[in-house]
Amino acid sequence: MTILRSLAKIVSILLFITLSSTIGNQLIAQDGKALFQQNCASCHAVNKKLTGPALAGVEERWSEKKNLYAWIKNSAAFLKTGDPYANKLYEEYNKVAMNNFPGLADADIDAILAYIKTVPAPGAAPAGATSAAPVEESDSTLVFGMLTLILAFVALILLQVNSNLRKLADDKSGITAIVPVPFYRKKANIAFVAIVFFIAGGYMTTVGAINLGRSKDYQPEQPIYYSHKVHAGVNQINCQYCHTGVYQGKQATLPSVNVCMNCHTAINEYNGAPLVKENGDVVDGTAEIKKLYEYAGYTPGETWDASKAKPIEWVRIHNLPDHVYFNHAQHVNAGPVACQQCHGDIQNMGEVKQFADLSMGWCVNCHRETKVQFKDNGFYSIYEKFHADLKSGKIDSTKGITVEKIGGTECQKCHY
Amino acid sequence: MEQKKNWQSFGELNKSAAYTKEVENEFKEELPFVADESKSFLEAKAPRRDFLKYLGFSTAAAAAAASCEMPIKKSIPFANRPEDIVPGNANYYATTYVQDGDVVSILAKVRDGRPIKLEGNDLSPLTNGGTSARVQAAVLDLYDTARLRFPTIEGKEATFEAIDKAIASELTGNAVIVTSTITSPSTKEVIAKFLAKYPGSKHVTYDAVSFSGMLLANEASYGKRVIPSFQFDKAKTIVSLSADFLGTWLNPVEFAKQYAVGKRIDEKNPAMSKHIHFETVASMTGSNADEKYLCRPSEMGAIALGLLNAVKGAEITGIADAKLKAGIEAAAKALTAHKGAALVVAGSNDVNVQILVNAINDAIGANGTTINFGVTVNYRQGIDSEFASLLEDMNAGKVNAVLFHGANPVYTWPNTDKVKAALAKVKTTISFSGKLDETTATCKFVIPDHHFLESWGDAEAASGYISFIQPTIAPLFKTRAFADSLLKWSGDTTDYTSFVKNYWSAKLGGENNWNTTLQAGVLNPTIANVAGASINGAAVASATAAVTANKIGTKIELALYQKVGIGAGQGASNPWLQELPDPVTRATWDNYIIVSPAMAKTLLNIDLNNPGQADAYEVHPPKKVVKLTADNVSIELPVLIIPGTHPQTVGIAVGYGRAESLGKSVVGTGKNAFPLTLFNGKTISLDVTDVTLTLTTETYPVALTQTHFRYDTDYGNRTEVMKELSLASFLAHPTEIREERDHELRSVTSGGEKLKEFEATEKFDKNGTMYPVYDRPGIKWGMSVDLNSCNGCGACVVACNAENNVSVVGKPEVLRGHEMHWLRIDKYFSGDMENPNVVFQPLMCQHCDNAPCENVCPVAATNHSSEGLNQMTYNRCIGTRYCANNCPFKVRRFNWADYSGADSFPDNQVGIVNDVVLDLNDDLSRMVLNPDVTVRSRGVIEKCSFCVQRLQAAKLDAKKDARPMVDSDVKVACQQSCPTNAINFGNANDKHSAITKVRVENPNRQFYVLEQLHVLPNVTYLAKVRNAGEAEAGHEAKAEAGHETKAAH
Repeated sequence: MTILRSLAKIVSILLFITLSSTIGNQLIAQDGKALFQQNCASCHAVNKKLTGPALAGVEERWSEKKNLYAWIKNSAAFLKTGDPYANKLYEEYNKVAMNNFPGLADADIDAILAYIKTVPAPGAAPAGATSAAPVEESDSTLVFGMLTLILAFVALILLQVNSNLRKLADDKSGITAIVPVPFYRKKANIAFVAIVFFIAGGYMTTVGAINLGRSKDYQPEQPIYYSHKVHAGVNQINCQYCHTGVYQGKQATLPSVNVCMNCHTAINEYNGAPLVKENGDVVDGTAEIKKLYEYAGYTPGETWDASKAKPIEWVRIHNLPDHVYFNHAQHVNAGPVACQQCHGDIQNMGEVKQFADLSMGWCVNCHRETKVQFKDNGFYSIYEKFHADLKSGKIDSTKGITVEKIGGTECQKCHY
Repeated sequence: MEQKKNWQSFGELNKSAAYTKEVENEFKEELPFVADESKSFLEAKAPRRDFLKYLGFSTAAAAAAASCEMPIKKSIPFANRPEDIVPGNANYYATTYVQDGDVVSILAKVRDGRPIKLEGNDLSPLTNGGTSARVQAAVLDLYDTARLRFPTIEGKEATFEAIDKAIASELTGNAVIVTSTITSPSTKEVIAKFLAKYPGSKHVTYDAVSFSGMLLANEASYGKRVIPSFQFDKAKTIVSLSADFLGTWLNPVEFAKQYAVGKRIDEKNPAMSKHIHFETVASMTGSNADEKYLCRPSEMGAIALGLLNAVKGAEITGIADAKLKAGIEAAAKALTAHKGAALVVAGSNDVNVQILVNAINDAIGANGTTINFGVTVNYRQGIDSEFASLLEDMNAGKVNAVLFHGANPVYTWPNTDKVKAALAKVKTTISFSGKLDETTATCKFVIPDHHFLESWGDAEAASGYISFIQPTIAPLFKTRAFADSLLKWSGDTTDYTSFVKNYWSAKLGGENNWNTTLQAGVLNPTIANVAGASINGAAVASATAAVTANKIGTKIELALYQKVGIGAGQGASNPWLQELPDPVTRATWDNYIIVSPAMAKTLLNIDLNNPGQADAYEVHPPKKVVKLTADNVSIELPVLIIPGTHPQTVGIAVGYGRAESLGKSVVGTGKNAFPLTLFNGKTISLDVTDVTLTLTTETYPVALTQTHFRYDTDYGNRTEVMKELSLASFLAHPTEIREERDHELRSVTSGGEKLKEFEATEKFDKNGTMYPVYDRPGIKWGMSVDLNSCNGCGACVVACNAENNVSVVGKPEVLRGHEMHWLRIDKYFSGDMENPNVVFQPLMCQHCDNAPCENVCPVAATNHSSEGLNQMTYNRCIGTRYCANNCPFKVRRFNWADYSGADSFPDNQVGIVNDVVLDLNDDLSRMVLNPDVTVRSRGVIEKCSFCVQRLQAAKLDAKKDARPMVDSDVKVACQQSCPTNAINFGNANDKHSAITKVRVENPNRQFYVLEQLHVLPNVTYLAKVRNAGEAEAGHEAKAEAGHETKAAH
């Protein structure tokens, strides 16, 4: 027996270690995912060349991890060291310099690299998704739930049997039974139920009320099935090509019909991978392009007269309340924050869905954590005290100067 | 009892009972839900249970309303996006404000296709970026619901084609175009074309308040019927014979700018111009004068003659009043002391007075120095007698057609019936008015003109100074440019747009030049030397004879005047201007009879030195109504007592009592005073020498704001927030104000510590509190207001309305003290009650670093930003009004009703707000709203935000360019609008910013309002210095000597 026991002990300890380590890895990878989307996703994909190279296998391509860190933090400086691989990359990508990420610590980069490893290669079967583990998990919940119910039922029956037997015993010994107060009239029970209802109801009402007017996951049907996946994902069209206002002004702006027609006078049919809606309907891409032609007043083969175009009435997805001032230029240009940070994995969305709940808590949390371009943007040169504190170490340089630190969580930064 | 140095009201001057009681409370009226103390709380009008019932119901209703399905919003992009338009970003287009001869070069801020704000154009050397209240309000006229929406024939809608056809058959010849002053050279050419096509036709310029007197006098004196340009900036002595040149005379924006040059003080070398004003009825310009003398309107000629004699060294005759005589002597002395740098202007429309003024100006060397005939101005060109003879022609049947543009004689001519009768004899009457005014209502054809923001055009304010007009929005209604109609009827096929373009392209040498000029908005001549004109002395003799023959009146006289906002009636239909407190009376929404405190005693039986009677007059809005009769015309109006008015003279503003078809704002506001004017055969006189006043038994409420938002406790009182001293005492003792502050603060923080001089002031922020002092890294916003430059014109108040979507509340609400202006201009009196000194002080939220309002908010809806802003968050505000109660400056405003239509429940406004407010909630009117500023709903507090939307935009611009922010990035609305640059604003942490410079360079005049409270305002003021007093000459000599020594260094 003792042997068995110690064996069980060892097994359980081993099990615990492996489990916790996987969870730990997952945590790092999750961090990495966020960091990746925040910092890298606007130029890199894991398995695809975008503005920069595909990042799958990046660690293997670099001779030393140290170099990779240096490159990410300041590519221009690293280029000057004359590293052959770095210079080759630079040439290959038309001498477009990679952005600097002085704010990323080595640990952050490791997290990103860890995340990159977890992303499956596109050809391989999506291993994680089909693995049995999560299915089993839900099954066992069901089993445990049913077991609990059965046990509760048995316990109830046993209690009833017990009380009946006691009654019989009492009858026999001549003690007259007091007519019991039914449980639903017991004051304690009523009070208990009322309190439970009050608490549960209050909780649900509050949560419900907080969510009033929020529309996370809102995915309306649009007049034209326009796929960001096809345009921004597969065809790698820069977001700014259509959303021209995003760098200059308050609104990102939707493209006018003539912007669509810049390409679509030539591209009049869809030959890509089948377009499937989330409900399984298959969309005919060519037919959707025809819809655009109707708005544009264009007959294929003829020259297009732009003055005949009618605007397309898109359904607005991201609605902020009127008392909030939001400026795209502030975030995308001065920030700079990647589009995906707020709009999610937009390059993989067929139909656009609201990614974030756009709540104030969501905004403020990001303002608390996000660093401003404190050293790179000349605007912040006036914060002399903070610069001195950074230098002297009074302010933790890894945390840096966040939006909050320069007043980014004050009321009149967004409400006026 | 020591009398207060400064006072705002008669009650305050006398420390009356009602005054003492009123200033204890923040709000003028009893609050609702106040229990009767004799009964128990539950029996009160609105007991607790009712409150709970309402609370429960409203929660349920709100939940029900809110849980309805979310509306689907559409996002509709352009079909083809125009170049240079980024939705959400504003574009600025250079254009020109033109109205009846007034010309101000402006930039129109266009947001998403809608002009929403007008700002001054810095490139114009005349106005140099300045604006007036009326310029600021003009954008609202574009979205006026009372604008005519289509052309009509006899009141029925017609197409332009039908009208053109009908007119082609009716127009034969003998047509007369009657316009107000036209400054547009291209329009004048179009008119010439039209006149050439129809023989016997002519163009008559008729101005409601004309400068005929001056034009004719100049013709007599100089042989030219022109108005020269005036250079107040070059004048060390300015004498004004009742000319309101800062408010309504010619181009006040231009003059205010020049006037401020002489009033600005360099502390190192203090010197300023001296302005002596002869005043009949208190005016804005008179209120700003260094010395002010009261006179009758009929005395103006005698004063001019006296002054002429005095500057020539002769005796002053014909002036009985000793004070007035002394005034003329003083004026003459000051004028002769600064020969070649002195200027006399007169507001009179009497040719003889103006001829005498010309002679004075010639004698003091103004002709060719401060008066420039090299540049003549075109603001007013009308000659009254020309219109009078036109009326006779019309009556004689000599006129076949009359075309009205801008002119509105049915309303403004002394005898309305005569104009109407004459018009009835004309076959074809055409009006181009954009609104159905009094004259237009009598016309057969109405072809509404565009608003100037929808038009092409040009304006020549002064000879050679051209300002261009380009459309900022497509015409909202079926309107057509006046010149377009004339071109069509004269058989020209070009439209006016191409006409203007061709006209200027030819002059400028090509279309490219035209485009670049249009972009700048102005075309300026090379500055030529100031030129005089040779004067013809013969006219003086006859003028002298005429003036001497004119007996000075002995009865009560009437002086009609124009208000800064309303003018000759152009502003009457604009709710922003109606609600703008008049600088002189601080009254809104009405006209009235102005009388002096002395006349109040005899006429109304009110002795203002008697506290009880002062209260009876002042505390209750209804004022006694008086019937004024002159020459069979009578008018009944309420009476206001305004210090600074001649005891035997009363004043009434013209421009009120307009036709109800002009909009909701004119309904029930004031009465028309134009019938009281007189045509004397030569010119129209706004002065009436003999009127009788009879007190009626009626009263009429006047919405006066002078006594609103005042505060007087042991901790501070409103009238001590203003500091004023004379130039003489400033020269004798430059650090007086600084020492006063230091002394006061030392006593507040008497911690026993021995402090050096001024150390108490400098260390007050730290020493005066037990709380920590917070860092302001980066930016710290600050404002500085120079009381010497501010002349109280109110442009900033209206600019703030436009920029910040400040609601108009209507007269009933102003009567209750509910007006919403974020920025008010306080008016303070000091000295003699009959002829006091006046100081204007703009007061807005002081953005205190240790703000009393912030501590008392139970929901933290108002708090402080790291940039020194006192922030107001409307969505958090639950309307306790604790903050307003605790604000020592009374600058917080509460939305007592749903003025903006922002509430979810539409029926919230009915029966609560008046038609004017409802009209402003129309979809058309709402196009003027600034989309970057939240529209506030009922039940929240609001206040000046330092135009935070502009600050945020300025920071973003700098961030986008990755550079530090500079002064030119941001101008707050009030600062932008100010014609005298009295307001400075910027980052006080920046050592090179203008605000820092102002603060460093003016240590002796600088002060904070209620500084001793340790609220640490972010607004500094520079004390008012008045160039008055006996010691003036000696000190000025000293100042000049100082100047020389400095030069010698």
